[in-house]
Amino acid sequence: MNFQNIKNIYLKELRSFFNSPVAYIIIVVYLTILGWFFVSNLFLNNMSTLRTVFEMTPFLLLFFAPAMTMRSISEEKKSGTLELLFTKPIKEYEIVTGKFLAAWALYFFTLMPTLIYYITVATIGSLDTGAVIGGYLGLMLVGAVFLAISIFGSALTENQVVAFIVSLFIVFALFMLDKILFYLPTTLAVIFEYVSIDYHFSNIARGVIDSRDIIYYLSTIGFALYLATSVLQRRRWA
Amino acid sequence: MSIQVENLSKYYGDAKAVSDISFEVHSGEILGFLGPNGAGKTTTMRIITCYLSATAGSIKVEGHDIQTNSIAVRKLVGYLPEQNPLYHDMNVLEYLEYTAQLQGVAKPSIPRRMKEMVEACGLGEMKHKDIGQLSKGYRQRVGLAAAMIHDPKVLILDEPTSGLDPNQIVEIRSLIRELGKQKTVILSTHILPEVQATCNRVVIINRGKIVADGPIADLQRSLHGGEKIILEIESPAPQSFEAVSIYVKSIPAIENVSLLEEKDGIKRLVVETSGASDIRKEIFQLCVQKGWNLLELHRTQTSLEDIFRQLTSDVVK
Repeated sequence: MNFQNIKNIYLKELRSFFNSPVAYIIIVVYLTILGWFFVSNLFLNNMSTLRTVFEMTPFLLLFFAPAMTMRSISEEKKSGTLELLFTKPIKEYEIVTGKFLAAWALYFFTLMPTLIYYITVATIGSLDTGAVIGGYLGLMLVGAVFLAISIFGSALTENQVVAFIVSLFIVFALFMLDKILFYLPTTLAVIFEYVSIDYHFSNIARGVIDSRDIIYYLSTIGFALYLATSVLQRRRWA
Repeated sequence: MSIQVENLSKYYGDAKAVSDISFEVHSGEILGFLGPNGAGKTTTMRIITCYLSATAGSIKVEGHDIQTNSIAVRKLVGYLPEQNPLYHDMNVLEYLEYTAQLQGVAKPSIPRRMKEMVEACGLGEMKHKDIGQLSKGYRQRVGLAAAMIHDPKVLILDEPTSGLDPNQIVEIRSLIRELGKQKTVILSTHILPEVQATCNRVVIINRGKIVADGPIADLQRSLHGGEKIILEIESPAPQSFEAVSIYVKSIPAIENVSLLEEKDGIKRLVVETSGASDIRKEIFQLCVQKGWNLLELHRTQTSLEDIFRQLTSDVVK
């Protein structure tokens, strides 16, 4: 593994996020929607909690993660710049990892301003800081899973719209899995529950950091990035 | 031996793109890679640059096998793809820096290399502009500059002068000739004068097979038995082409006479001979004898166009 290569790709991707309107649109729209939900309920519920942030963000991410990464690889496929990358001394997984990390960093910058909510709530009420740290950790992990899957979606096609829809479909399915458990036989339900993203998130968001949840997230991220890499390697044999 | 291609084949599914070709390129050689569209030029170049995998056969670049030591090969090769893809949202300097980093140019020497490339490719005025705003010619220069940023031993250029204006073409060609003195260059093109102007050797490929390989002069020698003579005459009395051609054909060793154009009683003829003997003297004497005014008389060599057409026009087989 060549970290310098990953870093070069990462920095270039991050720069192109912030050189284009993409980053700013995503940050502004996310904060606007989240802010509206957060503030409108805050005084009504009269509870010092960041629950809205932790509940709404995965839901918003269903759309934001595919939107953030739909260009990532498909655009390079379309414009042919992938040919440049593939003829440089750099491996496919380094390209995929660099692009994933850049998208994750953008997500991190999108999430950062919500710390204002933490500060606000913590000053006017008593807030369980442990749960907040767990919640943010969980959000970063959920985001990473969604983004890794969306990178895979982007690797599949040279059409951004197709990339967006495919990614949306996959993350939506994974997100909704534990909402249908009720209709399933117990044996299946256990499996579906384990695969579901939301199930693991709700554990972490309560402030319980369980190694099984962490392993679930890391393996899903790894698997999605592995699939994306395989898709890119396949073109050599096309 | 800089590049060694052995029995290379590439299939896209059932379609054969390249079948069993072998050639070698020595360092310090500029190889022109010629062929009609779809002959397999780009496919071959993409395999040498490790973008595609070969179905069969092996390629060694500076002794490194492209299968087993692909990363080492990619470090040695500078590649300008056919469509010259570029990141349109980067400016020229950013792009060159990014390419240098990816090619693994040592950090301290990146600024120096960038400066040299900007100079060599005449990008001085454009270096702070976004690539998306540049004209096609300047983009081509950016592509070339990026291909050479790491001072590669091997340069592979897929139609390097497409989209350039005549002045730029001359500049780029002389740049390539200059580079070819120390490097190995493969350039593909279907502009034939370009090959004559820049290359030491040509490989002509047609339908995935090599149909000719050698220095241009050798190919010209081996392919034409006789030679062509261009003849322009003016006859004082009106005379039909048929009548003239009968007289001309009476000279031995002339195989065929054809009319190129006729205007105001001036006829321009192409005379094809079979042997190697020089028959210009006989033609001159014939003109004197018949009282024709001889306006032009010269030999032409089989041009690269003729060779190319001869070797690659078997499409209807």
